[in-house]
Amino acid sequence: MSGNRSIRVTAGILLAVAIAALVGPWISPHDYATTNLENILSAPALSNMHLFGTDDLGRDLFVRTMLGIRVTLLVAIVASLVSLVIGVTYGAIAGFVGGRVDAAMMRFVDTLYALPFIFFVILLMVAFERNFLLIFVAIGAINWLDMARIVRGQTLSLREREFVEAARLTGVSTLRIVFRHIAPNLVGIVVVYVTLTIPQAILVESFLSFLGLGIQEPQTSLGALVDAGVKHMEGASWSLLIPATLLALILLCFNFLGDGLRDFFDARHPS
Amino acid sequence: MSLLDVQGLTIRYGDETVVDGVNLFIDRGESVGLVGESGSGKSQSALAILGLLPRQAVASGSIEFDGQQILGASDSVLNALRARRIGIVFQDPMQALNPYLRIGAQLRQIPLTHKLRDKAEVDARVVEMLASVGLPDPQRQFRAYPHELSGGMRQRVMLASALIAEPDLLIADEPTTALDVTVQAQILDLLEDMRDNTALLLITHDLGIVAGHCEHTIVLDRGRLVEQGPTTSVFAAPSHAHTRALLAAAPRVDRGDVPEAVTGSTILSVGDAVVDYRDLQAVSKVSFSVKIGETVAVVGESGSGKSSLVRAMLGLVPMASGRVVYAGSTLEGPVEDRAQSQRRDLQLVFQDPVSALNPQMRVQTLVGEPLLVHEPQLSAAARAERVAAMLERVGLSRKFLRRFPHELSGGQAQRVAIARALILGPRVLVCDEAVAALDGSVRKQVLNVLRDVQADTGLSIIFISHDLAVVRSISHRVLVMYLGRLVEMADSETLFAAPKHPYTRALLDSVPVPDPVAMPKRAPLRGEVPSPVNPPSGCVFHPRCAKADARCGSKAPALRDVERTRVACHYPNA
Amino acid sequence: MLRYTLLRILGAIPTLLLVIALAFLMVHAAPGGPFDDERALPADVEANIAAAYHLDEPLPQQFLRYMSGLLQGDLGPSYRYRDYTVAELIGTAFPYSLKLGALAMALALLLGVTAGTVAALRQGTALDKVVMGFSMTGISIPVFVIAPVLVLFLAVKLQWLPAGWSGTTGMSRYLLPVITLALPQIAYIARLTRASMIDVLSRDFIRTAYAQGLGTVTVVRVHALKPAMLPVLSYMGPAIAAILTGSVVVEEIFGIPGLGQFFVRGALNRDYTLVLGIVVFYASLIVFLNLLVDILYGAIDPRVRYQ
Repeated sequence: MSGNRSIRVTAGILLAVAIAALVGPWISPHDYATTNLENILSAPALSNMHLFGTDDLGRDLFVRTMLGIRVTLLVAIVASLVSLVIGVTYGAIAGFVGGRVDAAMMRFVDTLYALPFIFFVILLMVAFERNFLLIFVAIGAINWLDMARIVRGQTLSLREREFVEAARLTGVSTLRIVFRHIAPNLVGIVVVYVTLTIPQAILVESFLSFLGLGIQEPQTSLGALVDAGVKHMEGASWSLLIPATLLALILLCFNFLGDGLRDFFDARHPS
Repeated sequence: MSLLDVQGLTIRYGDETVVDGVNLFIDRGESVGLVGESGSGKSQSALAILGLLPRQAVASGSIEFDGQQILGASDSVLNALRARRIGIVFQDPMQALNPYLRIGAQLRQIPLTHKLRDKAEVDARVVEMLASVGLPDPQRQFRAYPHELSGGMRQRVMLASALIAEPDLLIADEPTTALDVTVQAQILDLLEDMRDNTALLLITHDLGIVAGHCEHTIVLDRGRLVEQGPTTSVFAAPSHAHTRALLAAAPRVDRGDVPEAVTGSTILSVGDAVVDYRDLQAVSKVSFSVKIGETVAVVGESGSGKSSLVRAMLGLVPMASGRVVYAGSTLEGPVEDRAQSQRRDLQLVFQDPVSALNPQMRVQTLVGEPLLVHEPQLSAAARAERVAAMLERVGLSRKFLRRFPHELSGGQAQRVAIARALILGPRVLVCDEAVAALDGSVRKQVLNVLRDVQADTGLSIIFISHDLAVVRSISHRVLVMYLGRLVEMADSETLFAAPKHPYTRALLDSVPVPDPVAMPKRAPLRGEVPSPVNPPSGCVFHPRCAKADARCGSKAPALRDVERTRVACHYPNA
Repeated sequence: MLRYTLLRILGAIPTLLLVIALAFLMVHAAPGGPFDDERALPADVEANIAAAYHLDEPLPQQFLRYMSGLLQGDLGPSYRYRDYTVAELIGTAFPYSLKLGALAMALALLLGVTAGTVAALRQGTALDKVVMGFSMTGISIPVFVIAPVLVLFLAVKLQWLPAGWSGTTGMSRYLLPVITLALPQIAYIARLTRASMIDVLSRDFIRTAYAQGLGTVTVVRVHALKPAMLPVLSYMGPAIAAILTGSVVVEEIFGIPGLGQFFVRGALNRDYTLVLGIVVFYASLIVFLNLLVDILYGAIDPRVRYQ
């Protein structure tokens, strides 16, 4: 019950934020790149429609923040899809084939687990210029490991379950076993973990942007906005607090959504 | 004054009442049996006596132990009673002992907590206790982890922990349900020997255990106490209909009709089957055959290889060597490589219907799936009709069609699994402990369904079971396996009347009989089933056999026919 | 146990080799070098520099040279800080990072486990909800948001704590960085502990312990704590990585001259030998600490040793 409510509430908030990010810049009279050196670091105000104030170049922070949300959400969703596709495929193959193939595939995952990935990503970012596509790939490459492990474990246990044996005995084809008996039992856990990898992807992206290694000016993301806000937090605290709060809110919502979904699927299929 | 005096005990979870106004008394030194099926409230009552009900349970009424009210008592009052005045043995010792702690570390905590021994003496006391429950080399077991012990040894440890503080009342909650039948007999005897003047509350679903071990019997049904009295009179003249139903549903290994042997042609035969797992041989050269319309039981304790045998036969696990012939043609390789017509003719029903039914599918889809595969030309409506008819056959109405497995009771789920296995009209049905998890009354219904289908269609059944009383009631022929070997095979009539192998005889003697008068006194089989990784030399049964001599230890006996029985023993008539 | 430990140690070696090879390849595949942004050098000077740093050799030979140096603790010279070797730079910076990381980890374990255990024992109460609310928030707020916000309020507005690093001495300057770094880990460990403690407390052997008259404190201490700590222990690997990552940000924000700061500077300056050295050092550290966690796991759970 409470799981259902938290799904509705958090999904509602996320939807509202996403709509605001899509529509906001379109309604506002300002754009994200126009500088105005006569009006730098101004406080939020309705009169001039600088709802979130301006930055150190006099650019409108409302539009920039909405843009930042778009970038943040886009990176998160694309990166999660990358990890979803790689992770589910890899994990399902390892789990279903089993035996030595599984052992070798999982040994590889274990090895990758021990790598300090974030440092490799930083290295990549520096070495190969900042490339938007690379951010997706890099983040997806980190997150697929968890997904692969979870899907593999689940597939392995499903494969050994007696209903799969019963289906084999009855003459059900392997293809039908995979798609009708195993896959539907994976959906719940995959949905939950995709939801939980989204905030992780957001964290990595904003971390890189914060270090100045992510998205390039004049484009921006929530991490880059926080970084800019830190520089002026003593005089213009809103330039830090607004993007920081929004970033935290989005992360919080995804985490709660993931938890809610987990409760939801657990309640539907008590094991 | 009674030692334990329970008055109007009622336990509720929300709107659900699991125990409803139960009264019971136990005097000092008395043994009382509490019987009932699952959901009768027997375990809940036991937990209430120790003040161990979960937080969400609401208990009312009165539980007085030696004058002390337990319901609503503070933790310190309860903690002083627990172990010191009331000890308890739980069902599954693997779960009930802490797997992360050495045996000694778990047990020494009890005398320390109750200040019965100080730190200097406590270890000696624990070792002494471990020795008294029959653990070999107690010094070593003191340092062992629970998983390093066998099931029976673990339950001995559990008993030691319940008795180490010398309580006045011992509660044993299904203490032998997780154990093999020969080990069960040992543990029950040990319980008798050890308890001395301690009163006993023995909770079980097995009427045979109560009949053999309790002076007084109490019967619970759905939370209500329906009958109580001296064990002999409850069994001789039950006053309540539920007690009579329980007794009627309890099969007896020592008497009753045995199905007559079937004559006719062989439909399936297995020759010299060998199944190897990584470091052990699960099945060693076993041969048997099944006739049309015949039920063949495969009996054995854990590690006997009975499940591996049929799984290899069905092609679910690889058979290292041997052959399977079905209706004149050889079955080879994994089940996927076999002809569809052969696959539809051989079906399997598992022990646990919950894991044998895909949780994402409705009953309709589950039962209909085999038709979808084998008779794809069937229209959806025709298929639905066949499914509904099949469900009716196993005693389930149409309203179950739209349900998911988790919305079914254990008995309903098992009937759905049987419906799924039978819908293609197979010739051979393998039941792997298919009724082991069911209550007596439900078990009886399921067995009746199998008998009826067999009578109508000439279905052959391979019935794997550890429960000889059930086997006696349903099978025409019996195979007894021990450590992967076939040790005895005979018609049910012959086998139950005159078992030839000492192991078969011990098995039969170990089964509790629900009759306090007929209880034979016998010596239980010593030891437990050895590890199949390192089986004993010669006759694998010789370390546990009372009649074994040097020859048994060095030379494995071959299977041979003795009168109407095939047996592997050097001294079959001894 | 000995066999288990030896197997784990053997298993860590290929991981370490792979990490080093990967980092080495990545650095050498990167376009541009550390001297690119200086004015164009005459060709012979460039060749001299290349020869001095062995950049003219084929890649496999460079790798072997690097590996043999590594075995002697030699990580090569820094491209940027020309008077120092990479090993010297790491030696100067690491003590700060170590102190920061170790303090943060200790704080996270202490507070996280305590809060999680209390919440589990008081499941469903207001206290539980407060702990869980806090911990969900802690997980959701990145270090680089916590750090400036804490500085803004505690140091700038309230002036309770020093904001910067330079100009202050003693332990007080570690306070804010350590709290910042520890907060998300406290939150995560609290959640993890609560979930696993609830799971363990629902197991049958806990009921047995209560049935033996043991008090709650004894039950938790003797019976529940060890198994409940297993998921926390498994999390130590990722936690170590998270703390190393977080320290990059924290050192940057608070101006601590630790390894993280060197890493970011090195990366931005294309000081490849330094960056490579730090990655190899971090990777070895993580592999080593993971190894320790694995061995500890085997010591706590008697059953895994046999697998």
